[in-house]
Amino acid sequence: MSSKSDSHDASTYYVPHGSPWPILGSVALFTLMIGAVSFMNEWAGGWSFLPGALLLAFMFFGWFTTVINENEQGMYNLQVDKSFRMGMMWFIMSELMFFAAFFGALFYARQLSVPWIGGDGVKIFNKLLLWQDFNAAWPTNGPAKLGGHADHSFETIKAFSLPAINTAILLTSGVTITIAHHALREGNRKVLGYALAATWMLGFLFVYLQGTEYHEAYTELGLKLSTGIYGSTFFMLTGFHGLHVSIGAIMLFIIWLRCMRGHFTPTRHFAFEAVAWYWHFVDVVWLVLFVFVYWI
Amino acid sequence: MANSGHAAHEGHDDHHGAPKSFWQRWVVTTNHKDIGTLYLIFAGVMFFVGGLMALVIRAELFQPGLQFVDPMFFNSMTTMHALAMIFGAVMPAWVGLANWMIPLQVGAPDMALPRMNNFSFWIMPFAFTLLLSTLFTGSGAPAGGWTLYPPLSLQGGDSFPMAIFAIHMMGASSIMGAINVIVTIMNMRAPGMTLLRMPLFCWTWLITAYLLILVMPVLAGAVTMLLTDHFFGTSFFSAAGGGDPVMYQHIFWFFGHPEVYILILPAFGVVSEIIPAFSRKPLFGYESMVYASASIGFLSFIVWAHHMFTVGMPLAGQLFFMLTTMLIAVPTGVKVFNWSATMWKGSLSFEPPMLFAVAFLFLFTIGGFSGLMLSIVPADFQYQDSYFVVAHFHYVLVPGAIFAIMAGIYYWLPKWSGHMYNMSLAKWHFWLSTIFVNVLFFPQHFLGLAGMPRRIPDYSVQFADWNMVSSIGAFGFGLSQLLMPYLVWQCVRGGAAAKAKAWEGARGLEWEVPSPAPYHTWETAPDEATIIHASPTGH
Ligand code: HEM
Ligand SMILES: [Cu+2]
Repeated sequence: MSSKSDSHDASTYYVPHGSPWPILGSVALFTLMIGAVSFMNEWAGGWSFLPGALLLAFMFFGWFTTVINENEQGMYNLQVDKSFRMGMMWFIMSELMFFAAFFGALFYARQLSVPWIGGDGVKIFNKLLLWQDFNAAWPTNGPAKLGGHADHSFETIKAFSLPAINTAILLTSGVTITIAHHALREGNRKVLGYALAATWMLGFLFVYLQGTEYHEAYTELGLKLSTGIYGSTFFMLTGFHGLHVSIGAIMLFIIWLRCMRGHFTPTRHFAFEAVAWYWHFVDVVWLVLFVFVYWI
Repeated sequence: MANSGHAAHEGHDDHHGAPKSFWQRWVVTTNHKDIGTLYLIFAGVMFFVGGLMALVIRAELFQPGLQFVDPMFFNSMTTMHALAMIFGAVMPAWVGLANWMIPLQVGAPDMALPRMNNFSFWIMPFAFTLLLSTLFTGSGAPAGGWTLYPPLSLQGGDSFPMAIFAIHMMGASSIMGAINVIVTIMNMRAPGMTLLRMPLFCWTWLITAYLLILVMPVLAGAVTMLLTDHFFGTSFFSAAGGGDPVMYQHIFWFFGHPEVYILILPAFGVVSEIIPAFSRKPLFGYESMVYASASIGFLSFIVWAHHMFTVGMPLAGQLFFMLTTMLIAVPTGVKVFNWSATMWKGSLSFEPPMLFAVAFLFLFTIGGFSGLMLSIVPADFQYQDSYFVVAHFHYVLVPGAIFAIMAGIYYWLPKWSGHMYNMSLAKWHFWLSTIFVNVLFFPQHFLGLAGMPRRIPDYSVQFADWNMVSSIGAFGFGLSQLLMPYLVWQCVRGGAAAKAKAWEGARGLEWEVPSPAPYHTWETAPDEATIIHASPTGH
């Protein structure tokens, strides 16, 4: 179990044998999409979302199990390890660009479209002819005052309330995962276990608190997904971020289980590092989000 | 434990030859050559599906008036034609060529992440099943144009979420494909294969892959916002809620312009391999080609709003995007110059790959020139949304990207199949394609300049003559394409044996392995002498 790269000459690359997981994954995605489409179109097939999602989860589980077993059998050399690392880094890059699209929408709305609707500069006719009583200011739900309370007003969540606590939680989890990483490298499995457990717990705590925040927004503040451009950018950015925190926390949990089972060595623990990178990525996105969505 | 793992690994049949069972060979495969073949077949099928849609369009436009289809269906055809060609034909064809050639060219045993490679292929048929099945929904296929501009696209019926989710799937596939290319090139090169010894196809694909990773997620974001605007009450693209439909265009074209370079950069690579091979000279200015490709890649991120000159952008924005767009002509000019200089005083021969590459050189350049005209803001005010734009992008895409794909197929087919193909049939294919593609698209410049708008099923009578010419060209071009699958099929089944180096002037590690390329290649990396011998610069 212990020997890793040494069983292979560094000059031969491990080309894995065929695997049914990718085709299963494609079928799962397709089923999931059919379900989502049916749901949105109010067709009868919406239920297929569930088997699709389950199949997808099964696919991930099976695929990763295969890879973990192969790794534990020492079939991967350092070059394979590097391929995994680079793959993960570029995957995270693509995730960053996904968030960039939504941040782009936020900045565009705040800097351009809302002022324009309010008659800024050459767009003065918007003010004169279209929306006389709209004053461009952020936050806004637009000249039509979409969503919100019955009187179309809404309130926002103060940065230095729950969001600040959530910031502290995520930053702390960034520290605990670093402690766990150091412990892993020093072979201190006990600290590793505690620090990693703390990390995933903080992750789930974050998601829970975010949930209470959403609840408050919907029930008390009149802040909804449909509350104009503010609600749109707020919920889409925090929502996708929350989704990523959930995924990250689940991954941390699995990595923690693996640590408990004695996986990873002080020198070879790519999966651990990949999840740690991912966790830092959700952390960084949150910081930008905290500043631009909640704070200023 | 390690030993048993090793033994099991040695025992796999994929170490000796192609597996016998269909399932093992074509469905769950991790072999880059088989996955490349799958991609190419898929692209070929979509090329004909998209082509059929184009012929519906051209049949309707053969004469003024409404003859064959109703306007809604016509609009579905323009929308679906573009989506099928861009995402179904050209992009998968490039990924297929990358799969086949990049490991061979960098001296690697396979792509870096072979199972993910399989996944990125198998998503595609499902994504296109989803997309094409919109044709059978009650409300018909998406008809708002491939750019899916709101508010029009938001008025789509049942097909709307299907198209969006299909695009999500294609995006996931492209991102995984791009990650694989980057990791293969950055981590799997044989020792001694330095970056500047790589063939240009690898270089241009590397840059393409960076573009893909940076922009496909942005497209995913854009269409997600469309989805939530339609179904979940967000106001990204609705001014009533403080959003802006023009914002969609910015996000879309931030993806869209790099996307057009995603379609063309690998073409630059293929042409940079073929022209030296049939000029029997090393590529002129290898390094400048690399830098030109990289600058094109960079510039492609700061020109997007040239697609939006008429939406009412601030003047500063228009000037900025006009100037950056014109700047792209500089590295593009470097490339055209280098290709011409490579041919200068070469001992040229005109086998089919070279014919397609030379046609690319001339005809792509025409598309570049019309692009330059479009980049001039006041001129674009006239051209925008006219057939002139249609002529422009078809020149860069058909005798540009698609000719380069065909050039690549004709160049590497002997390596794949082990046989030479029917040269005279291939030349027929070339000449028919080249003549008809010009009959098809050149008149569209005139139509556009005369004021004929794009995306309309009917037009006023002064446009009748050139439309008829264009439609004749379309059917001629479409029918000529049937030669190619026939020729490929013939070549796969038999023919004169191809030498390891099928073309005497060819360079690159792919020509150092036998033809057909064995099921597994470069299991032991090539030595440095071989690499230097095969490198594009010879050192
Ligand atoms: C010298 C290089 C190029 C320049 C200066 C250029 C410029 C432009 C401009 C200004 C437009 C917008 C026209 C309008 O809508 O009014 C345009 C449209 C377009 N270009 Fe290019 N272009 C260049 C190269 C390319 C290449 C290499 C491709 C693809 C391989 C390409 C594909 C397209 C497409 C698909 C459109 C139309 C998109 C649509 O509206 O549906 N262009 N180009
Ligand atoms: Cu463009």
